[in-house]
Amino acid sequence: MTHWIAAPIILPALLAPFIVLAARYHIGIQRVFSVAGILSLIAIAAGLAWQVSDGSVQYYRMGDWAAPFGIVLVADRLSTMMVLLTSVLALFVLLYAIGSNWDNRGRHFHALFQFQLMGILGAFLTGDLFNLFVFFEVLLIASYGLMIHAGGNARLRAGVQYVLFNLIGSTLFLFALGAIYAETGTLNMADLAARVQLITPEATVGIRVAAVLLLLVFAIKAALVPLHFWLPSSYAEAPAPVAALFAIMTKVGAYAIIRVYTMIFPPDLAVTSGLHDVWLLPAALISLAIGMLGVLAARRLDRLVAFSVIGSMGMVMIAISLFTPAGIAAALYYIIHSTLAGAVLFLISDLVRTGRGNVDLTAQPPMLGAALTAAMFFAGAIAMAGLPPLSGFLGKLLVLEAAYENPLMVWIWVIVLSSSLISILGFARAGSVTFWKAQSLTRDDNEDPATGDMPSALSYVAIGGLLALLAAHTVFAGQVHGYTTKMAAQLFAPDAYMSTVLETPGKLSKPKEDH
Amino acid sequence: MELLVASAIGVLTAGGIYLVLRLRTFPVILGMSLLTYAVNVFLFGSGRLTIGAPPILTDDVTNYTDPLPQALVLTAIVISFGMTAVVVMIGLGAFLGSDDDHVDDQPEAAKAEEEQ
Repeated sequence: MTHWIAAPIILPALLAPFIVLAARYHIGIQRVFSVAGILSLIAIAAGLAWQVSDGSVQYYRMGDWAAPFGIVLVADRLSTMMVLLTSVLALFVLLYAIGSNWDNRGRHFHALFQFQLMGILGAFLTGDLFNLFVFFEVLLIASYGLMIHAGGNARLRAGVQYVLFNLIGSTLFLFALGAIYAETGTLNMADLAARVQLITPEATVGIRVAAVLLLLVFAIKAALVPLHFWLPSSYAEAPAPVAALFAIMTKVGAYAIIRVYTMIFPPDLAVTSGLHDVWLLPAALISLAIGMLGVLAARRLDRLVAFSVIGSMGMVMIAISLFTPAGIAAALYYIIHSTLAGAVLFLISDLVRTGRGNVDLTAQPPMLGAALTAAMFFAGAIAMAGLPPLSGFLGKLLVLEAAYENPLMVWIWVIVLSSSLISILGFARAGSVTFWKAQSLTRDDNEDPATGDMPSALSYVAIGGLLALLAAHTVFAGQVHGYTTKMAAQLFAPDAYMSTVLETPGKLSKPKEDH
Repeated sequence: MELLVASAIGVLTAGGIYLVLRLRTFPVILGMSLLTYAVNVFLFGSGRLTIGAPPILTDDVTNYTDPLPQALVLTAIVISFGMTAVVVMIGLGAFLGSDDDHVDDQPEAAKAEEEQ
């Protein structure tokens, strides 16, 4: 048992109140502590990922209570990779927020940012379903604060919709947990996986309802059509660095689906057959189509990016809903790609907003810093649309290859390829209107010239860093995909996970010695 | 007792869903609170309903009630209470800012009309 597994949760949990209490009025001190905290998070996450990269499962019992009764944190290949991805993304997003001065436009940005990280990392590490609910709430309540950071009427209105939608999601989650507890008497994931196997075919009503409710909750988080309505306006209205950090939040839903529906309700389980294995794939295909159509139809750059996030989540969910090791491996490769690409595009839409004062997709006179912004938008759009040479193309190829054996293979290929074409059109239109047509217009002298500012150098460094990560994700695609294949193999053989969590002795397993 | 608890959960849920589907912030928030009450009772019932039994597992007690759902309900109550407070504050801010308490997005035409 190593205590380091708790560190990614404890560190932000201590740092956030420290920032609120001790450095409330000193933005400089807040920035230093926030960046230092995330740098050490990256170091811890890399260490954990290295420890479990040989395929072992590390666990941490809270208060040393034995597994089905106490809460366990579990680190395997999948959860440590997601922790590492989150911390790296958070570093660049935070650099952008500092560089663009977003963190100084309202109060408590850094404290909420740390609480948000605590919730996300906890959701990735926990081995208990009720604890997953608690960490969902931690990340949500921090995200409510971040979402309306810096205020404004449009943002508050979008915030109301976002909060209400997620409150309904939380209520559904509780209903699902209650149903699961009533059926099985446990909420520990490993214990649950063992007990669901024992349910007889006559008594499956409750557990089937619970499985569908749980899938609905995670699909809301993952913005799967038709549960995606909260995403476009809330991501478009949120401050850009916050929206970029939210790029990982939809992946929390995808992660939860992967975890629960490979371990607790695996695809070959008779009790829940005919549910998620049938309905998830069509919903994912429609998500992809609607997301990319939204890219083509959007009138504002930030909405365009939000719809491209829905589309890329559709792509992830297509790969997941194949429920094969190859499909999950492709999904995990694509999750890394789409997190980075979505974050890059949200930050670039903020560069445009900084440069010319709005993000409407209309021809306007050239903005400040147009050349570099345009080049970055070009790279980000290539990545998101899935054109060679960047990793979106490779990810899409992996998904198509994994779908080759599926009975719905024709549908998957047709929708993936045609939606790629539509998204290319959408991004090309947005780019040419925003950057290209601007060259043919000259600024009217009577007009107020001070609509925009030059984005700061640190903003460009942050986006450049994310683009460099995308490039690295492409160059080392072989190694990354090899690792995600190992991850998928580990997910489809959960015995090691279950025996590690359940069979190692804790405080309760030897009650006589306590007296 | 089972019938009473079950119908209470059902009535609360039905009322909650009806109110959540309303257009304005206040009924929606009321509906959310009703739904959270329903889920609290539901969670409480998920450990089986027993009367007059201690929630503690000791050697000499054979008939006991499951203590875990009570802990879950306590957590759920605290969280839903906090969340309701947050949504009331944000909804109030949105209403005071734009003098409009609709939950949905206005259609583009109405928005343009308002601006003129």
